[in-house]
Amino acid sequence: MKPESRGTQTVDPPAPRRPELADAIALRDVDHAYAELRTLDGIDLEVPAHGVLGLVGPSGCGKSTLLELVCGLREPTGGTIEVGGASGAEERLARCAFMPQRDLLLPWYSAIDNAALALRNQGMGRRQARAAAAGLFERFGLEGFEAVRPDQLSGGMRQRVAFLRTLIAGKPVLALDEPFASLDAITRAEMQEWLAAALRTDPRTTVLVTHDVEEALYLSDRVAVLSARPARIVAELAAPAPRAADRDAAVTDPAFVATREEALRALREGSR
Amino acid sequence: MRRWLLPLGLIALLLGLWQLACSTGAIADALDLESFLVPSPAEVASSLWENRGLLAENAWVTLREMLLGILAALLVGVGFAVLMHRWRVLRDAAYPLIVASQTIPIVVISPILVVWFGYGIGPKVMIVALICFFPITVNALDGLRSVDPEAVKMMRSLDASRWQRFRRVEAPAALPSLFTGVKIAVVVAPIGAVFAEWSGSSAGLGHLIQSDTAYYLVARQFATVAVLAALALALIGLTALAERRVVTWR
Repeated sequence: MKPESRGTQTVDPPAPRRPELADAIALRDVDHAYAELRTLDGIDLEVPAHGVLGLVGPSGCGKSTLLELVCGLREPTGGTIEVGGASGAEERLARCAFMPQRDLLLPWYSAIDNAALALRNQGMGRRQARAAAAGLFERFGLEGFEAVRPDQLSGGMRQRVAFLRTLIAGKPVLALDEPFASLDAITRAEMQEWLAAALRTDPRTTVLVTHDVEEALYLSDRVAVLSARPARIVAELAAPAPRAADRDAAVTDPAFVATREEALRALREGSR
Repeated sequence: MRRWLLPLGLIALLLGLWQLACSTGAIADALDLESFLVPSPAEVASSLWENRGLLAENAWVTLREMLLGILAALLVGVGFAVLMHRWRVLRDAAYPLIVASQTIPIVVISPILVVWFGYGIGPKVMIVALICFFPITVNALDGLRSVDPEAVKMMRSLDASRWQRFRRVEAPAALPSLFTGVKIAVVVAPIGAVFAEWSGSSAGLGHLIQSDTAYYLVARQFATVAVLAALALALIGLTALAERRVVTWR
């Protein structure tokens, strides 16, 4: 948030389509290792501005490491990563908002203060930050839960607040690490529809890590299938109907089912 | 209700038994002592009332030693924990030293401090602070280290500076653990204060107990112990109250 917006009574919620929030991501021949343990081997990936890339792979293959690399939370041992044309870790960190695996809402803050965390970090006063977040609470079906402490929220609600916290940061890139892994099947399907709607109205360049192939294919434009460690890309598939309004119809469509089978086959082969 | 009734009932029962044992002279006979050396609860209570002025005066002296000592330990302990959390080198260097310092009995340091700093409040505050420093520092550091590394990544990605990470994540996360440390400190503070007074003092509850020994004022000694215990209980209660007010998310 710009400093001149401080001191005004209300702050408009981020407008749905902001041209400045449109950074592309490019990974070229990226390697990574933890000391002797090689985790990533020659990863090449491109995500266009406002594109959604799904990353699936066997457990422990390095998906989360890859996400942290994109966000500038780590540096690769080889290759280059560009986000919005910038390749330094600090520059990438400034352009990406990271949503960790567990929601990690801070129990000492209310739902709205958790959601507004990035605005507060960026120097905005508490009242203005709350006002800015309140607009999004309304838009994303969280109205009335502003003052509630995280432990009073359901799993789905917590994930919504955690996603809003990521969105409100106002970064061009969203990095989501298995955002719905902890939810039950029904809530997860609901949350996938919710996230699809959120990305339709507020498109961002997004990297989504998940172990759920169906989730990846429904939410992403393209899905990259990673092999077991050290991870390589074994397949890159285009999703037939990214973020369709009717999820149930989309995921039972024959084209979707065929692509899902193809992804699963690649996943199985890559796991060997 | 039950939470209060049961322990109160037990206390009443024990006091009753004690009263009975004294009025029949059972304890004095068994120990082969004059009966005035084995005061009954009623005699302790009347001593408590008769000496209320003297006890209050000395209680204030000891309370001040404890409060200042705990405060000093809190300031230094939390400060040290934060520094050790921030700089790994400092933690690796100082942590073993802090643990080792606990092996030195407070009883032996106390007379040395009296030699160095005299009979005033200074050495008492230092002893209380020394005994309280360890639980506060160790628990505060544990609390700071309990923060989920993923939460730190999340905060970094949400543009948090080092200070904001501390202020919004690490410090609140450390609070419950810090309160645990303070509760332990509050329990051991009277021990430190009494030892310090025994090493050389002119007032305080510890001093009173010691000087009463020479005159066989056993009833007043018991009354003094009761006041000391009441002070400690009040401090524990206040700490628990403060914890409930501050740590509202548990």
